[in-house]
Formats: sequence, structure tokens, C-alpha cells
Amino acid sequence: MKLRTGAVVAASAVLLLAAGCSGTGQPPSAQDAGGGSGTYGYNFTVVTHGAAGDTFWDVVKKGAEQAGTDEGVTVTYRDSNGDPARQAQLIDAAVNENVDGLVVSMANPDALRASIEAATAKGIPVITINSGQDRSTEFGALAHVGQDEGIAGRGAGAQMAAAGVTKALCVIQEAGNIGLEQRCQGFAEGLGGSVENLQVENSNPTGAQATIRAKLQSDPSINGVLTLGPVIGAAAITAVGESGSSAQLATFDLNGDVTQAIADGKMLFAVDQQQYTQGYLPIVMLTLYKANLNTIGGGQPVLTGPGYVTQENAAQVQELATAGTR
Amino acid sequence: MTTTLNPTPPPSAPPAADERVARVGLLRRLVLRPEIGSLIGAVILFVLFAVSSTQFYSLAGISNWLDPASLFGIMAVAVAMLMIGGHFDLSAGVLTGTAGLATAVMTTQWGLNIWVALLVSLVLCLGIGFVNGYLVTRTGLPSFIITLATFLMLQGLNLAVTKLITGTVSVGGMSQVPYFDTVRPLFASRISLFGVDFKIQILWWVLVVAIGAWVLAKTRFGNWTFAVGGDPVASRNIGVPAARTTITLFMGVGACAWLVGSLKLMEQTSVQTSQGFGEELIYIVAAVIGGCLLTGGYGSVIGAAIGALIFGMTSQGIVYAGLDSDWFKFFLGAMLLLAVLANQYVRRYAERSGR
Repeated sequence: MKLRTGAVVAASAVLLLAAGCSGTGQPPSAQDAGGGSGTYGYNFTVVTHGAAGDTFWDVVKKGAEQAGTDEGVTVTYRDSNGDPARQAQLIDAAVNENVDGLVVSMANPDALRASIEAATAKGIPVITINSGQDRSTEFGALAHVGQDEGIAGRGAGAQMAAAGVTKALCVIQEAGNIGLEQRCQGFAEGLGGSVENLQVENSNPTGAQATIRAKLQSDPSINGVLTLGPVIGAAAITAVGESGSSAQLATFDLNGDVTQAIADGKMLFAVDQQQYTQGYLPIVMLTLYKANLNTIGGGQPVLTGPGYVTQENAAQVQELATAGTR
Repeated sequence: MTTTLNPTPPPSAPPAADERVARVGLLRRLVLRPEIGSLIGAVILFVLFAVSSTQFYSLAGISNWLDPASLFGIMAVAVAMLMIGGHFDLSAGVLTGTAGLATAVMTTQWGLNIWVALLVSLVLCLGIGFVNGYLVTRTGLPSFIITLATFLMLQGLNLAVTKLITGTVSVGGMSQVPYFDTVRPLFASRISLFGVDFKIQILWWVLVVAIGAWVLAKTRFGNWTFAVGGDPVASRNIGVPAARTTITLFMGVGACAWLVGSLKLMEQTSVQTSQGFGEELIYIVAAVIGGCLLTGGYGSVIGAAIGALIFGMTSQGIVYAGLDSDWFKFFLGAMLLLAVLANQYVRRYAERSGR
């Protein structure tokens, strides 16, 4: 009997080891260090608040890993599923490992303060991306790479107003993310009309579709819908079709469905913060800093957006979105 | 703990009392402990991760994975005791968010003294635990359903009330609250050992585990918990105050949720409305890995602590091992499966050798 128990334990160990090996043995592009054109050999870690498998953050990941290959540096990408405590722990782990540089998205700056300051105190350069622009320099980060959510929201509002929208829904898909709230605020300012926020779950597009449909059916005076992510954007397209509403649609961020809808004229535009560059640029910036002490932006945020994808350029962007880099 | 389940010693003992039987008895007694499977698993995991990264077993590395382990571990104690008492609490994760949000709103928005706010939110959490327990005992509905309802309501309240009061989805600025400095040492200080900082929450965890283990093993209340979880009707018939025990166990979850919520709030100085969402499953996982039966009546607090340790080691060990984060959830699942299989194996072995 003792042997049998031992066998289970041994089998577990083998399984774990095998799984562990397949993780390190099958190198993702990040571990192709040196295979690219550059040969710097630095070791950078990217810690985001995104969820694994999220279409938006997967593009960021691709950007960072591609930059790693191009620059010949090792890039390790970590996500924390929107949990600030977890993100702080992941940053601490990277600091323990003495990485050469850190890239951090700061959706919840307060929670990350201690960890980021520990990194900078240890001389590890930090670049913040995506959100947390206001606090970036305060925490000692080298630079911030991202989109100003207020500016982007106002831009979206102005464009929708120009298209004749007077009463709009702003669909928030991630409770707890301040950046999304800022977009809706900016949107309300830019639109100048009435804006109602609607809470849905990004992980449940079908549910979101039903919620948006119900909202449109119950209030026919709504003539515009702004979604803040492409997954819900695609759900909103269907919802508008089902509800028989004539509301005009726009979204933040892209995927294949969204660009197709814009090309087909079912959606006005997408606000593109070009998150691929939010993954790519910090790796280049960190490499430049480590190799040549270059800093970019001089404390001002490096803005990756907003770019607008409209019917004119949708087809070209479509190809790139399908390839997962836009 | 397990002696309450098996009040009679091995019946084979008196006639054939040679040293062979004695040895089997000892092994069996060891293996019968609910936490033994998880302990083996934890040791294996530690070795595996230590082999793949030297950082993992460095002091800084240990401090790093004790961080998630302690936060989950505190909740796992209360959840394990509740599970031994035969119930679930799906609202446990979100309740940690409620605790933090309540304290943060009362201090930053209403200017309430931070100590008073902490006390009020403790009362709030205990109250929610009481309501859960009261509803479960009064209606006789499965705790799964009752606490699922609480879970959803709290999730909605956390978001709606916070937005109503503050206008945003996260409350920050705790560090500017008067007397924050008097609270911080208790919840968010660091203890430096050999130049490495350990968070004070680890001590809280040890304390909660010690209290939980003592209550379960040494007190009348602990016996009641096992009895109520094993057979509520029979226990009531022999005079165990079943309803009171169940309600107290739910309030224990409330108290721990308050502690974890406060620890997180003081550490991060901000709290978002989505905090804790989904963590209830991790507490249950920790309790189950630690040998608690989903059907109640069996389990241990020490085991749940080891379960939380396994979770902490895995969540950070994957990072140190340099595995692609896309694999994280798969690993967690595999770990859970292996731990539960090992537990089951050990238990079957124990049962068979008992005959």
C-alpha cells in the first residue's frame, strides 16, 4: 500500500515535471532571445492587470514579445486578471529576480506603489503603460506609454455628436477599472448630450448583448452606443440589430469583428489606442535606456492613441487585426 | 480532531499486541490525519519549484509566495471550519471587498475615525455572516443557494453603493486619513528578517490558524462543529445547539473576511469594487486540498493552511519557473486535481488498513 501511495506521488511529480518542461522546452517567441536582429540580452518583465486570453491584452503581449525578438532581449509577460494584490506580488517576484527592466500597467496605482517604488529603489527602470498616467512620474517610473483616456473619450464623443447622436449609452465591461470610467466621462463631455453608463461583464458577451438589447428596447430615444472594448462592441452590433433600434455604434479598441463591422458600415468608428505599441515601445525604450541611457518623452506621457479606424482605413487595419497585431 | 469521528480505538489492538500491529497502528494514525495528503503535496511542490528556480527558496522568494498564501490562508481557515460544519459560503470572497470598501468609504468620504470605521465594518461583516447563517438554519435551504444570493447582492452593492457615494469604482486616499499611521503597523507593516521584508499579514495568518486549530480540536464548540457537519439531525437530538453553531461558523467567515479586507486596504491604501470577486472558490480549493470533505464532518484547519500554502507556492512558483502565464490556470487546476487524488488515495488506504 505504501508503494502504491508512493506511485501516485511519483506519478504526480513526473506529470508536474513534464508539464514544467513543456513550458520551458517549447519556447514562446519571448524565449527566442538572441534570435532576432538585436543581441542585447537584457531580461525584461511585463506585468499587466489584464486577464489571460483577453483579446486586447493578447495584442499587448504580442507587441512586447515581438519587440523582445527584434531587440534580442528576453521578455516575460505576466497578467493578473484585474487583481491589484496579485499584480503587486508579480512585480515583487520580478524585483526579486533582479530583472533588467519592468513594464507595468497601472489600473490601480495605489496598490502598486510600494512594489514599483521597491523596483526603482533597487535601480530597476520601470515604464508604466496603458493606465496610470497621472501617477507614473510620482512613483519614479521612467516614462508612461499609453492613451489619455479623457482625451480619447472626448474625441469619441465629438465624433458621435457630429454623426447626430444626442442620447447615448456608455457600456462599461470591467467593473473597477478607473480608465473606463474616465472614458465615459470624457465621452459625455465630448458628446454634449445625455450619456447613461451601463455595466456589463466582459467575460459574458452574450449576457452583455441581452442587456444592451433590453436597454435599447426600453428606451427608443437612445440613438448612440459606445462600447469600451471590442468583445462587447461586437455584442452591441448584434444587440442593435435584434432590437430594431437605429442607434449608431462606436467602440474603443479593435478586433476582427469590429473592423469588419466598420468596413460594412454597421459601426461608425473605433477608437484605437494601438495597444500593440504599448507592448512594443516600452521594450525598445528600456533597451535604449539600459544600453544608451536614453529617455523618451521627458516625463510627458508617450501617447499611443487615440487613432480612429473608420470606413476608409478599415480594410487595411482588418488584415492586421486578424493577425492579432492591431 | 479525527478522534471525534472514531471514538473507538482500533478493535484489533487487545489480542495481538505485538510490535507489527503497533507499527501499523502508528502509520494508520498518521495517515488518517486529514492534512497528510496536502502536506506531501506541499513538500513535492516546494522541491519541484526549488529545482526550477533558486529564487523560489531564497528568503525574498519565500516572503513573496507567503504573501498570497497568507491572505488566502486566513479565509481558508474560516471556510474550512464552515465546511467541516457542513456548509459553503460563496459570498466569502466578495465580503472581503465589502469590508474594505465600507472602511474606505466611511473614512475617506464621511470622515469617520479610522478605528471606529474598522469596528463598524467588522460589525457589518459579522452581521452579514449572521444573516447567512440565520437564513440557512431557518429555511433549511442549501447554503450554496443562500450564499450565492448573498454573493450576488454584495457584488451589486459593492459596485452600486460605492459609485453612488464616491462616483467612481475605486476608493483611494486611505493614507491621508487621520490616524492612518496608528492603524498601519497592525495591518500593513513589514517585519525584516535577514534583510528581507515579510508582511505582517503572515503573522495574522499564523494567529488565525492557531485559533482555528485550537477551537476545532480542544473546545466544545469544535466538537459541535464536527457533529453538526457529520449529521445535523443526530447532533440536534443529542443536544448540540446546531443552529447556533452554524450561525457562529458563518460569522467566523465574516470576521476573517473583515480581517483580509482590512489587510488589503491598509496595504494598498485603495480598494476597488471588484475586489475579492471569484476568490471564494480559491478558499474552498484550499480547504479541499487540505483534506476537508465537501460533505462536511471531516477536515482540519492545519490542512486548509497547507492548502493555502500550496496555492501561494503555485501562483508565484509558476512565475519563478519562468512558465508562460497562459498556462497558469491549467497548472492550478492540475495541482488541485493531483492534490485531491492524492488525498483520496491516502484516505482509501487509511480506511482499508483500518479493517
